[in-house]
Amino acid sequence: MLEIRNLHARIAEDGTEIIRGLNLTVNAGEVAAIMGPNGSGKSTLSYILAGREDYEVTEGDILYNGESILEMDPAERASAGIFLAFQYPMEIPGVATMEFLKTAINAQRKARGEEELKIPDLLKRVRAAADELNMDMSMLKRPLNVGFSGGEKKRAEILQMKLLEPKLCVLDETDSGLDIDALKIVAEGVNSLRSPDRAVVVITHYQRLLDYIVPDKVHVLYRGQVIKSGDKELALELEKNGYAGIIGEAA
Amino acid sequence: MNLHAPTTTRTAAEAALIDGFADRISDLPGDADVTVRRDEALEQLKAGLPTRRVEAWHYTDLRRLLSSVPAHKLETDAQAVAPLIDRALVLPVVNGVAANPTAIEGVSVSRLADRLIDGDLTQRLAAAGPDDTVGAINAAFVSDGYWLEIAENAELERALELQNVHSGGQVHSRFAVKAGAGSKSTIVERQTGTDDVLVSSVSHLDVGDGAEVLWIVLQEQPEAASHLAQFTASIGKDAKLTVFIMNSGGKLVRQEVRVVATGEGSEFRLRGINLLAGETHCDVTMVLDHLAPSTYSTETVRNVVTGKANGVFQGQIRVARDAQKTDAKMACNTLLLSDEGGFSAKPELEIFADDVACGHGATVTEIEADHLFYLMARGIDEKTARGLLVKAFLAEVIEELEDEAVIEALEEKLAAWFAAHG
Ligand SMILES: Nc1ncnc2c1ncn2[C@@H]1O[C@H](COP(=O)(O)OP(=O)(O)OP(=O)(O)O)[C@@H](O)[C@H]1O
Ligand SMILES: [Mg+2]
Repeated sequence: MLEIRNLHARIAEDGTEIIRGLNLTVNAGEVAAIMGPNGSGKSTLSYILAGREDYEVTEGDILYNGESILEMDPAERASAGIFLAFQYPMEIPGVATMEFLKTAINAQRKARGEEELKIPDLLKRVRAAADELNMDMSMLKRPLNVGFSGGEKKRAEILQMKLLEPKLCVLDETDSGLDIDALKIVAEGVNSLRSPDRAVVVITHYQRLLDYIVPDKVHVLYRGQVIKSGDKELALELEKNGYAGIIGEAA
Repeated sequence: MNLHAPTTTRTAAEAALIDGFADRISDLPGDADVTVRRDEALEQLKAGLPTRRVEAWHYTDLRRLLSSVPAHKLETDAQAVAPLIDRALVLPVVNGVAANPTAIEGVSVSRLADRLIDGDLTQRLAAAGPDDTVGAINAAFVSDGYWLEIAENAELERALELQNVHSGGQVHSRFAVKAGAGSKSTIVERQTGTDDVLVSSVSHLDVGDGAEVLWIVLQEQPEAASHLAQFTASIGKDAKLTVFIMNSGGKLVRQEVRVVATGEGSEFRLRGINLLAGETHCDVTMVLDHLAPSTYSTETVRNVVTGKANGVFQGQIRVARDAQKTDAKMACNTLLLSDEGGFSAKPELEIFADDVACGHGATVTEIEADHLFYLMARGIDEKTARGLLVKAFLAEVIEELEDEAVIEALEEKLAAWFAAHG
């Protein structure tokens, strides 16, 4: 489903290379965990997948269902089924959350040639999804993410993911800032999306999340490269011994 | 006194105005006194249109910007348009000619032409000073409009819409509204039409003690229009006036707002939305006098600038010695969508009282790339995403109006503008 080949990318503004020859394959139906020390390039990779313009791909390719997405803008990638749950979701004053959800859902439906959802249908879906995530509908009357607590923002991201039903879900440290109960709820939300035609990439620092969302594969990112891949045992090993050993091995 | 033009050669526009006067005067209504006022106004115009050397026109060099003045058109196929707010009562002035008024409960309506003839308006025709060019052009050429008196304590359930519509040429109209003490009303001043035009439009509003008025100016002139407008008001004791101005058209636009808070405890709100595209030059110039104690005012102007458009907001607040406890806040925020556009803000406070709270601020920003990315990352295409962010920038000012029907109508106008120009 996702195949990243020898990807090199740099910060557009100053040319600093962050991703340095990264290879990664994620198959449909798979949950892949990406771990790695702070600053290794995990969020950068997720932004590049989503199409953020601050980064420039200088070499290599990203194939999604066999086709390169490098020429697609973020909206086209989203409509094709790629979803990024942000590590730091942005507050957007003045944009009503409900209107945003309606616009986003219908934009994607339209891009896929489906009919637009009418308000009552939309409300029903939003209410159902919010219920499952234990979110109060009154929050959705506020401007997008404005004044949401850290945990509320993360839940709001998962709410969007459930409503948009993407095919490739990238979750960037969705677990950070969540209390234990919220972590379980969010994990259930993610697990409910698991299906043979869907892939999930979870970026995390902690085994705790992986206890709930059990990964099929674990990849270790370091200095812009995947330096080791394994199964869920690899995450347990990291939890116990840290990164030093693996980094040493790779060097 | 030759204040404005040190030069002896007239511009094409000056010549067209001055020469056109002789042709028009015999068709213009008014008694002998009015004719004297018209002549005075013409003399003022003969001194030349103001240039940037005149302080009030510093950012809008009228002499240079008013490049031509179309001839007056006798024939017209213009028609009144559907009102902004559902069920509003429309009072149309079509190519400078008002319709004979129909009865409206709680309001006495007459044609302005009739009031010119019986002399009621003569005082108002005098220009406010040598830089009152808008007043002078209008005084010289005004042909019609409406004179409204809202009865004391009348609460108008339906909005009134004063329409100044045209199909090109020249239009010089005037509206005068007296809102009786304790009355409540919403008035829309609609400025629209087709084709190349010079419009001068002057509105007077007198807000009686304890009265409340929401006055919405909706200016959506065609691309080539020159639109010169002036709104003047006085606000009585404990009265409330909200003036909401939305400029979304025209090539050369000058909207003056002159408000005098005469009554103690009165409240004034100015809300402006300037949607500027193409090569528009749009100038909103406000002069607000706080004359009485405990008067309160806030001014918020939000501008969206695209293309090569240029905007100006001059906001002058003068607080008289007696106007203690005045509270005035002014803000001008611009969202710049193109590198070629610009906006100049000039706030000015003149405070002669010592116990007041006055402040002002101006910002110019661009659409935040992060916000745009977030919206697009959810599948919203770039144009729609930008539209959402533009709307967000303006939302506060529109939503403050509280009336759902008004908010929706204005949001629709905004969406239509963005679809065409964003
Ligand atoms: N736009 C940018 N401007 C400057 N530096 C950047 C930018 N984006 C990323 N970086 C740098 O690139 C490196 C990788 O950052 P990134 O956010 O991808 O790390 P991460 O693996 O997600 O870290 P964490 O675990 O702390 O979230 C860091 O050194 C970061 O400072
Ligand atoms: Mg990160």
